[in-house]
Amino acid sequence: MNGAQNQARDDRRPMAGQSPRDAAETPEGPRPGDEYAGDERAVLEAPDINRALTRIAHEILERAKGPEKLLLLGIPTRGTILARRLADRIEQVEGQPVAFGSLDVTMYRDDLRLKPARALGRTDLPTEGVDGRIVVLVDDVLYSGRTVRAALDALNDLGRPTAVRLAVLVDRGHRELPIRADHVGKNLPTSRAETVRVCLAETDQRDAVLLRGGLR
Amino acid sequence: MNRHLLSTSDLSRDDALLILDTAEHLAQVADRSIKKLPTLRGRTVVNLFFEDSTRTRISFEAAAKRLSADVINFSAKGSSVSKGESLKDTALTLQAMGADAVVVRHGASGAPHRLATWVDGSVVNAGDGTHEHPTQALLDAFTMRRRLGDLDGRRVTIVGDVLHSRVARSNVHLLHTLGAQVTLVAPPTLVPVSMGDWPCEVSYDFDAVLPKSDVVMMLRVQHERMNASYFPSAREYSRRYGLDPERLGRMPEGAIVMHPGPMNRGMEIAAEVADSGRSTIVEQVTNGVTVRMAVLYLLLSGSEPAIGGTQ
Repeated sequence: MNGAQNQARDDRRPMAGQSPRDAAETPEGPRPGDEYAGDERAVLEAPDINRALTRIAHEILERAKGPEKLLLLGIPTRGTILARRLADRIEQVEGQPVAFGSLDVTMYRDDLRLKPARALGRTDLPTEGVDGRIVVLVDDVLYSGRTVRAALDALNDLGRPTAVRLAVLVDRGHRELPIRADHVGKNLPTSRAETVRVCLAETDQRDAVLLRGGLR
Repeated sequence: MNRHLLSTSDLSRDDALLILDTAEHLAQVADRSIKKLPTLRGRTVVNLFFEDSTRTRISFEAAAKRLSADVINFSAKGSSVSKGESLKDTALTLQAMGADAVVVRHGASGAPHRLATWVDGSVVNAGDGTHEHPTQALLDAFTMRRRLGDLDGRRVTIVGDVLHSRVARSNVHLLHTLGAQVTLVAPPTLVPVSMGDWPCEVSYDFDAVLPKSDVVMMLRVQHERMNASYFPSAREYSRRYGLDPERLGRMPEGAIVMHPGPMNRGMEIAAEVADSGRSTIVEQVTNGVTVRMAVLYLLLSGSEPAIGGTQ
């Protein structure tokens, strides 16, 4: 499985002796002893992320023909932050608020038994639910596609949206399932040996997409 | 590594908070139209009940089913136990059937500890004799936290038959771990002889403690475990240690009334008090399912459990 390489997903693992909140929100920077510590380069900086989100916000709006039926659901932790930012942007453009929330998919993952039991993230849905909405799933990195599959299963238990779309900040390839994003911030061809890390100001003090490792 | 939930004293503060936080997330599932998660699909949970129980067994069964586990209910009545089968042989049978978790209630204190040495799955203590009932304490703490917020510094008074109460013992340890101050109130005859290491205070005067309590937890008078007269009459017990509407009125504003059930209405708690808005007795049952889901999830979902003690 990809988990060990995809830090953005992987850093939510709780361990006994560590509170789940810490586990969820401690950024995993290069640590002493990492083979390639220091060899981390930014592929997107704050202004790039900004522009990408603005474009995605417009694409979502255009595709949905207005904000009324939209529901942006972020996958914790960083997907939730991105969903909120996209909702803010859509509100600025349209002058009316758009529904957003978060959808924790931990209980639906297919790799639960490969790792110690993990803490759950938050699920926040609007009281009207997902029925009849155009749900846009938002995540930071699209990699194997397994998280998105879990999210689709989770949605299935919550109701019946009119349509489900997928927006991601970075698509790094290496899909293991037939899943494709509708809105992509940046396509980032990577090797499996590389690690993509998304930093957001809300949790990591700065906005950046960092790439490290690999044989280049 | 194989881990079990046998006693609340095995739980670190982080473990306890992880269970309560997980339960907080799982509470949302109860509000959905599909109250089921696929997480424990293919895992088997055996409910092994050597003592009578309504809510605990049903609660564990509902919790396991909401996580899609297969549930096998076993009660001593109508099983080979009535033919004289030993606990060990019963355990080996379960082992052969491939139980991933065994939820056990037994009249003998320590039975789940013995069981944990014989089976490969995780053992969850659902009440053993007068020893412990950890999931009850966890659901009590969860209920308090939902009503009152953080438990740090909260004053919890546990009143009644402490001597025979596994609920009291589990609560004392867990609430102490979570930072609450616990006071036990009971007639001197119903206080355990050796409780020097219990992290709590003891009082014989309910009325003195009452105005300083954020939570008053009433315990059931366990007639079935009483082999001697511990108090002169039910009426006298009720007058000195029962929670009636008059005492309810002297509790601080916002303080809540709890009872693990089943209640002796009119004995340790008056019917009006049990049905009042301050009583959390029905919530406790709802929360029981949620907390037990959290425990089963954390013990069974991963490659190794995230909580609990080793045997």
